[in-house]
Amino acid sequence: MSDSASGFKWVGTRPVRPDGLDKVTGRANFGADFTMPGMLVGRILRSPHAHARVAGIDASAALAVPGVKAVVTAEDFPEIPDGDLMVGEGPMNFRDLSCNVMARGKVLYDGHPVAAVAATSRAAAEEALDRIRVDYEVLPHVVDVLEAMEPGAPLLHENLFTEGVDPKPDRPSNVASRVEFSLGDVEAGFAEADVVVEGEYTTEAVHQGYIEPHAAVASVGEDGHCTVWCSSQGQFMVRAYCAKLLGVENSRIRVIPSEIGGGFGGKTTIYVEPVALALSRKAGRPVKIVMDRDEVFRATGPTSSTHVKVRIGATKDGRITAGDTELRYQAGAFSGSPVQLGCMTAFAPYHLDHVRAVGYDVVVNRPKCAAYRAPGAPMAAFGVESALDELAGKLGMDPLELRLANAAREGTKAAYGPRFRQIGYVETVEAALAHEHYRAALGPNQGRGVASGFWFNIGGQSSAAVHVNEDGTAVVVDPNPDIGGSRASMAIMAAEVLGIDYDRVRPIVPDTSSIPYSDMTGGSRVTFAVGMAVVEAAKQVVEELRSRAAKVWDVDVDGVVWENGEARPASSNVGEFEPLSLAALAEGSAKTGGPISGQATINARGAGPGFGTHVCDVEVDPDTGRVTVLRYTAVQDVGRAIHPSYVEGQLQGGAAQGIGWALNEEYVYSEAGTLENPGFLDYRVPVASDLPMIDTVLVEVPNPRHPYGVRGVGEVPIIPPLAAVANAIRHACGTRMNHLPASPPRLLAALDAAKLPEAAD
Amino acid sequence: MAKRHVTTTVNGEPREFLCEVDQTLLDALRDELGLTGSKEGCGSGDCGACSVMLDGRLVCSCLALAVEAEGREVETIEGMADGDRLHPLQRTFLEEAALQCGICTPGFLVAAKALLDRDPDPSETEIRYWLAGNLCRCTGYDKIVRAVQKAAVEMRAEA
Repeated sequence: MSDSASGFKWVGTRPVRPDGLDKVTGRANFGADFTMPGMLVGRILRSPHAHARVAGIDASAALAVPGVKAVVTAEDFPEIPDGDLMVGEGPMNFRDLSCNVMARGKVLYDGHPVAAVAATSRAAAEEALDRIRVDYEVLPHVVDVLEAMEPGAPLLHENLFTEGVDPKPDRPSNVASRVEFSLGDVEAGFAEADVVVEGEYTTEAVHQGYIEPHAAVASVGEDGHCTVWCSSQGQFMVRAYCAKLLGVENSRIRVIPSEIGGGFGGKTTIYVEPVALALSRKAGRPVKIVMDRDEVFRATGPTSSTHVKVRIGATKDGRITAGDTELRYQAGAFSGSPVQLGCMTAFAPYHLDHVRAVGYDVVVNRPKCAAYRAPGAPMAAFGVESALDELAGKLGMDPLELRLANAAREGTKAAYGPRFRQIGYVETVEAALAHEHYRAALGPNQGRGVASGFWFNIGGQSSAAVHVNEDGTAVVVDPNPDIGGSRASMAIMAAEVLGIDYDRVRPIVPDTSSIPYSDMTGGSRVTFAVGMAVVEAAKQVVEELRSRAAKVWDVDVDGVVWENGEARPASSNVGEFEPLSLAALAEGSAKTGGPISGQATINARGAGPGFGTHVCDVEVDPDTGRVTVLRYTAVQDVGRAIHPSYVEGQLQGGAAQGIGWALNEEYVYSEAGTLENPGFLDYRVPVASDLPMIDTVLVEVPNPRHPYGVRGVGEVPIIPPLAAVANAIRHACGTRMNHLPASPPRLLAALDAAKLPEAAD
Repeated sequence: MAKRHVTTTVNGEPREFLCEVDQTLLDALRDELGLTGSKEGCGSGDCGACSVMLDGRLVCSCLALAVEAEGREVETIEGMADGDRLHPLQRTFLEEAALQCGICTPGFLVAAKALLDRDPDPSETEIRYWLAGNLCRCTGYDKIVRAVQKAAVEMRAEA
């Protein structure tokens, strides 16, 4: 197993994940798998209207249904004043969150919760929902981001005044804020340009599409102490958010995380948890709520639909002189689209002296957006990377050479502020250029596209503990829900520090009362930041083991070294002692000071930014508009891969989601503003027969701020595919798809409009 | 309406349960028999997370009624390993890192076993089309397909 080149025994190897056996035998418990004695079934009544005033709710007939134990509405949650509070990881508007979880006064989208029922059976709960009378006064609605910005558009919030403009507007609108990031003087940059490309790009809303619907069991005791079992990307987030929405102290709530069946950002907030708590509080019994798939589509996630304008200028020899972009992202029913992150990432792979990005955050009558893998970046990159492809065509330059000529490097100042330290963008472009894929032959109606992407990656507050068991094994207490194999990475890092075998280390994900606070599983932070906490805790254990050995040998601790899982004398001067293994020291720990354990709490800094470059081959069927992805290669700087298989898996999964976004996935709304495709049959995520194998190239430019060089890897790979696919389509059939998804009807219409141009250009 | 009494065989063992007439086989497995390895991802037969074998035929248990199990044989993920001995597919899924979150894994394993039981040497395309009724949002299917290919090779060598 040892990797002699790297000097590591476990880092960089591919052992079986610790939680794997439970997941291939059906034993693993996910959100919906937990039950309690006396448990009631909770169901949620949802608005059938895109926008309506709620004049009244009459639940008396529902309460008369046999088996119904409680009904809750917004009246059962405290009214929270408007404004942001700092809780956990950052500012959060808890009034908006509360109103999203249970509508107050108005419903703002199809699927918005208005009431909930707890009953002894699902049938009784469903019957009760049917009998709740909601008096709706239907209002005009708007679901399109550009229409919502028009003067006179239906107004969602009468108290929403655009922030970030001077002077502050005196009328409310659907534009929540304007943000701008710039460097240099873009107009001066365009004046230097020999060639300018301009374009407008549109993407549709897509859902994270995790296979596990949201699920929670909540139990409120007579003393007001609450327990929640649920699937989420952060049990501490669930605790903090539920406490705010219910008006209780954090410490009153204990959250026990289940396995999580996918999240991709969509489980970084709460939906059913506070409702289950409110029902349990009222009914005096545990309540379980599991969403149906149509509820997941109608009322959770998705990400923004967007409109992006891009203008790029360059000299004849391919030096980009200016980049300018305007991004309009809809946030759903409450402000907070990821447009700011779109602005910050749009041009980040490039070294530009003159660059500007302006963003507008816009509310519409759709479900409130949630984070989706690299929130905001794929749509901005779709615009910029498509425009760069056009620019390369105008300049007669290879599109990868154009990127290389303008690549961000160490010392490049990004438009959003910082100067990059060690980064590996250039290495990804060079690896793509050198890849056999990039030179492979193409047939008729086939084309190749490339695109790059950037993501910040984050660190953040993290905790971890390492306990030595009496039998010489170790437990890693890893507070972050494991969404893609992170327990394997934690066990590898702990085994590396402790010097014991990987399968002697067992990681567990604890509840909120068993370990100090840790930020969520998100931002590509866990293997980096929580990994640092695990390494720190394991190092504490090693220090303790050395001091125990020193006690046994009656020597100074400085005379003891820890090598290959054993305490050894530092030199013959210390004395002649047989090595003491971790197992031997654990067995004798009662005589040397008691149990051996380490615990670390950190606020991790120095997450290394991530860059990726993707190469995609497609074939376009000119008769149907169907696009087949023939070959796909994802190259990414990963810092160092702790468990390469799960790193490759992140690249492959991210690429597949991006391909779905590019080709098929979209929210389709009716004239009435209701979602027409809230199911996997009509909201079409990629299936196995849609995709080829997805080749990966792991470029390793180690992050000097992490003990093993880790960079976050989860988010970058969803950024390049939208443009990589669109660029490939352009080269396959000559048609530029400015509007994604390039689904067969949309591409066929574009091909028809272009009067079926000659294949290939 | 009165509950129905169902006598069936699950993973080779005789089992009995009471169910509503409109209860799905998936709900009966999970709620009446405690077999929560089969998952509900959609409830409409689109995701395959609830895949089970019913008299040797691959079905979405969310689309079968519990009463249909009467007198028939049901095989679920819980019955796939032979005691402590994993089925080759279970082992290759672990070795090839063919799961990330793992919610779709039971359905994929049941479906892949059904494929290899009828065709021990499927092509990559055949594997991809056979598994097109099982959604995975994490892996991009690459490592799943490779795990099935590897298991097929091993099973042919053992046969």
